[in-house]
Amino acid sequence: MIYMLAVFAPLAGALVAGLLGRWIGDRAAMAASVLGMAVAAVCGPLAWAMLEWGGAPAGTIRIATWIQAGSFHVHWALRYDALSAVMVAMVGFVSMLIHVYSVGYMAHDSYRRYRFFAYLSLFTFAMLMLVTANNLLQLFFGWEGVGLCSYLLIGYWYDRPAACAAAIKAFVVNRIGDLAFAIGVAMLFLTFGSIGFTTIFAHLAQHQTERYHILGGSIRVYELIAILLFIGAMGKSAQLFLHVWLPDAMEGPTPVSALIHAATMVTAGVFLVARMSPLFDQAPAAMTLVAVIGGSTAFFAATIGCVQNDIKRVIAYSTCSQLGYMFLGEGVGAYPASIFHLLTHAFFKALLFLCAGSVIHAMSDEQDMRKMGGLWRKIPITYVTMWAGSLALGGVFPFAGYYSKDAILEAALAAHSAVGDYGFVMGILAAVMTGFYSWRLLLMTFHGKPRGDHHAMAHAHESPWVMTVPLMVLAVGALSAGFLLHGIVIGPHWQYFWRGTLVLAPGNQVMTAMDQLPGWAYVVPSIAGLLGIAIAYWFYWWNPMLPVRLASQFRPLYLFLLNKWYFDELYDALFVRPAFALGKLLWQTGDETIIDGVPNGLADLAVDGSRGAVKIQTGSIAVYAFTMLIGLVVLVGIFLIWG
Amino acid sequence: MNAAGFPVLSLITWLPLVGCGVLMTVRGDEATVATNARWIALWTSLIVFAVSLVLWFEWNPQDPGFQFVETWPWLPDYGVSYKLGVDGISVLFVLLSTLLTPICILASWESITRYVREYMIAFLILETMMVGMFCALDFVVFYIFFEGVLIPMFLIIGVWGGPRRVYSAFKFFLFTLTGSVLMLLALLAMWRYAHTTDIPTLMHTHFPAKMQFWLFLAFFASFAVKVPMWPVHTWLPDAHVEAPTAGSVILAGVLLKMGAYGFLRFSVPMLPQASAELAPLVFTLSVVAVVYAAYVALVQEDMKKLVAYSSIAHMGVVTIGIFTFDVQGIQGALFQMLSHGIVSAALFLLVGVIYDRLHTREIARYGGLVERMPFYAFLFMLFVMASVGLPGTSGFVGEFLVVIGALHVNFWLALLGGLGLILGPMYTLYLYRRVVFGRMTKPDLRGMLDLSPREIAVFAPLVVLALWMGIYPSSFTSFWDATVTQMVARHEQAMATPALPARVQLAEATRR
Repeated sequence: MIYMLAVFAPLAGALVAGLLGRWIGDRAAMAASVLGMAVAAVCGPLAWAMLEWGGAPAGTIRIATWIQAGSFHVHWALRYDALSAVMVAMVGFVSMLIHVYSVGYMAHDSYRRYRFFAYLSLFTFAMLMLVTANNLLQLFFGWEGVGLCSYLLIGYWYDRPAACAAAIKAFVVNRIGDLAFAIGVAMLFLTFGSIGFTTIFAHLAQHQTERYHILGGSIRVYELIAILLFIGAMGKSAQLFLHVWLPDAMEGPTPVSALIHAATMVTAGVFLVARMSPLFDQAPAAMTLVAVIGGSTAFFAATIGCVQNDIKRVIAYSTCSQLGYMFLGEGVGAYPASIFHLLTHAFFKALLFLCAGSVIHAMSDEQDMRKMGGLWRKIPITYVTMWAGSLALGGVFPFAGYYSKDAILEAALAAHSAVGDYGFVMGILAAVMTGFYSWRLLLMTFHGKPRGDHHAMAHAHESPWVMTVPLMVLAVGALSAGFLLHGIVIGPHWQYFWRGTLVLAPGNQVMTAMDQLPGWAYVVPSIAGLLGIAIAYWFYWWNPMLPVRLASQFRPLYLFLLNKWYFDELYDALFVRPAFALGKLLWQTGDETIIDGVPNGLADLAVDGSRGAVKIQTGSIAVYAFTMLIGLVVLVGIFLIWG
Repeated sequence: MNAAGFPVLSLITWLPLVGCGVLMTVRGDEATVATNARWIALWTSLIVFAVSLVLWFEWNPQDPGFQFVETWPWLPDYGVSYKLGVDGISVLFVLLSTLLTPICILASWESITRYVREYMIAFLILETMMVGMFCALDFVVFYIFFEGVLIPMFLIIGVWGGPRRVYSAFKFFLFTLTGSVLMLLALLAMWRYAHTTDIPTLMHTHFPAKMQFWLFLAFFASFAVKVPMWPVHTWLPDAHVEAPTAGSVILAGVLLKMGAYGFLRFSVPMLPQASAELAPLVFTLSVVAVVYAAYVALVQEDMKKLVAYSSIAHMGVVTIGIFTFDVQGIQGALFQMLSHGIVSAALFLLVGVIYDRLHTREIARYGGLVERMPFYAFLFMLFVMASVGLPGTSGFVGEFLVVIGALHVNFWLALLGGLGLILGPMYTLYLYRRVVFGRMTKPDLRGMLDLSPREIAVFAPLVVLALWMGIYPSSFTSFWDATVTQMVARHEQAMATPALPARVQLAEATRR
């Protein structure tokens, strides 16, 4: 009951705000939306605590039938187990803070705000449906639901062309992954005759050796399903090749970035892989792919983050990179570590985005870090909380990232495989860059000489308490989530905590092996982070001319990174422009010239013919009748012969 | 005689003509006639809809066969009778037709000002033809209704259409008629072979393989034009562009379903071997339609053309589903047909709303409508999402079931047929962005009013259905579950037994 309340309260808030907002006004709509979230934020953690410590039995709450077609049955249901409950608790809590923050952040927005809050709550509801799904199709419902809401929220400022373009981009790129996901789900149905998690996991042993024939070869069906699902996860979690929508999504209001990039949506892919861990564990090739893509994304996104000048973009690429870590962890089979990082990341990344929002708020909507500087006296609370977030992101002891990120890196090394080592190296390099870009951001924004225009600088002010209180709460989370939780979540008794929801393949000893590594393995990640921080100080504190000199010296490399490895340009040339050209070609040449050429030509022929016929006969009706008769004779004749 | 206790199907079929009779008697000056004609037509169509609800409430979902059957002898010597009945495949399309007709009449309330009475008569005749077509259980009766639909539609486009209406009307007529002539020949051939035109009997008649092949092609010519499948689709955008809004609604909502219905009623059950043999052809054309139409839709400058091309792409998914011969695939096709009937109807109505205000369908003339018309923008977004198949809306269920069915055939069919999932949002969201989002810069848009109560009444049932079908689709799939399961079982049985030239007629088919 409490669990249902946690999931459906945001929906109620969204409906009240969205459908009645025009009549009850912005204030009432905001109140309804925040109230719904508050209920969820209380009920979610409560339901989790009851399951974990209160002895409440795990189970499924069935609501109604959804689709029934022959042997295909799907139900609307809420799954109540350790993985779902911890996600519900986290999503509800972080989202509530973001709602509260938004009340302050959006106060001066010239648009009607009920719309914004309705979307925000709906988004949360979709995410909750995703994590509580008991079958893959309901998961897909939430999956697409967050896609829709992110489209609406990114395009919230609908009169900005960039926002509209980014919104469409997000939706379409996500849909590429979604198609693979849908086919993966269909394939699960064909293999297991069901898409419910319980049935699938119970029958995993039966179809282990089945193969699927494709492209002239054959592949184990588990591998294929896992790869298809992972492509879906790549789209949603912005992994390499399908990451292009995420940085553009910064066009939305900042609380949206916090919600999308921290608590929800982008973590859906990581969640999916963890949820399907029993299946993924039987698909080693797919796991390798997950680890390689994850490790590569962690490195790739971090390189871009190092040179961006838009404060939100830096954090966006950092998200991309951190999601790469999570997939890396899953790829080597350390699901608990990945989900742990997902949880801590939700806190500190939401914190960083909301801090960035507070900075932007203070600077009268300026987002370019080159026009900031020296802000720390003006907005001290934001400054301190952002330090906390950066320390957590950089993995400095005892902040949250130190526990969760290091656990992933240790797991990668403990896997003792080629991909594990690759992931470890990539992860360490990314950790150096993480420290670097985080402190680059801090130093450029808060220290040095004020570089903004005087007007904005004079106006810079600390945000109201509705915005700073969520920052402080999140900062406490970023500080404490790691050392409070790591013992129970990834410690020796992790199996007790997760209660069978995260399954490691028999023989996969990575969770124990990561505690038995040589000593240096535990120190290297921290050293890497500190090294990055030191470089940032060297570049932006002691020697501020150095970055400029380096940028001009290695200009091609700098431009390569600044332009995000030219992925947008590449895709534009490969897919977007050809699509329009192809459309024009098919329409004007295909339809209008070739296909219509035939009937129009025939029509002309008929007109000419009938003109001739008119002269001989009485009129065109006779010609019609005559032609029909001939046709009749011919075809009936055919049937007479062969019939 | 049937579950309703009275000939409900005949009543639904012929009642609109009674309304026509009443319309004929209206006298007075032009304005009075117009007003009265509107009200008479609306009430007639509403009564018909109310009667048709009997089918919804009295339906027996366990019975896979025909229900509400009524038979009267017509030409007994030739094995032709007036026979009506519905099974799971047709029943909801009868309801779709009776639902869309009052919506169309209401949507034409203010936009049609010339020859109002004649317009309403045309619509009511159209309703008779559509309903009769879906109810017919005799091939001759079916053929008459199938062709009869053309006449009122031809007039609606040709008389009340846009500037190029005559060209479009003729193109529409000729394309569809060419196919139909071939179907007539198929009808004659089947009659010659089976000595009856009773559809249930024909469904149990085993036609020789070679004959099946020819019959299939003849049917295919007719139904493929109606669907429309690539490359005989070009009449559709033209017809839509020139047709009045309500004409487009019926065209997209019901008329396009006639082709797919024909495949399900004739091709698949009567010609199983030929259907299986030629399925790759259908798949190829369908996949081309899904991709081709989507790309063409992307570059359209006329809103109605864009929606028309999206219809072609969506119907491609339907034809894929039908020819998978799989329970999920066929149910998906049926669901997609029903959903498309609601969603594309709504999209055309949405275009009609702003066309009524600005009298242009050119996308570039709009922009930033959300500022003046927030409720309109909301509805537009809802149906755009239903069109791109967002889970929770009607569009998703059909699309996903078809993907399952297609995967039964092979991986590539599922992948290529599913490309609509990616391409759909491209053109619809791009349309939405250009029309609804953006800054309102054009001065003539400032006076645009949001939806009137009449317009809200038009959309309300469609909104309810689009969401109902998405959230609780079981109340729709239960209608055809038994029928489709039986159909697939029969198909598999037919494929298991080798094609024999012997004339196999099952006595049980004529039992009813």
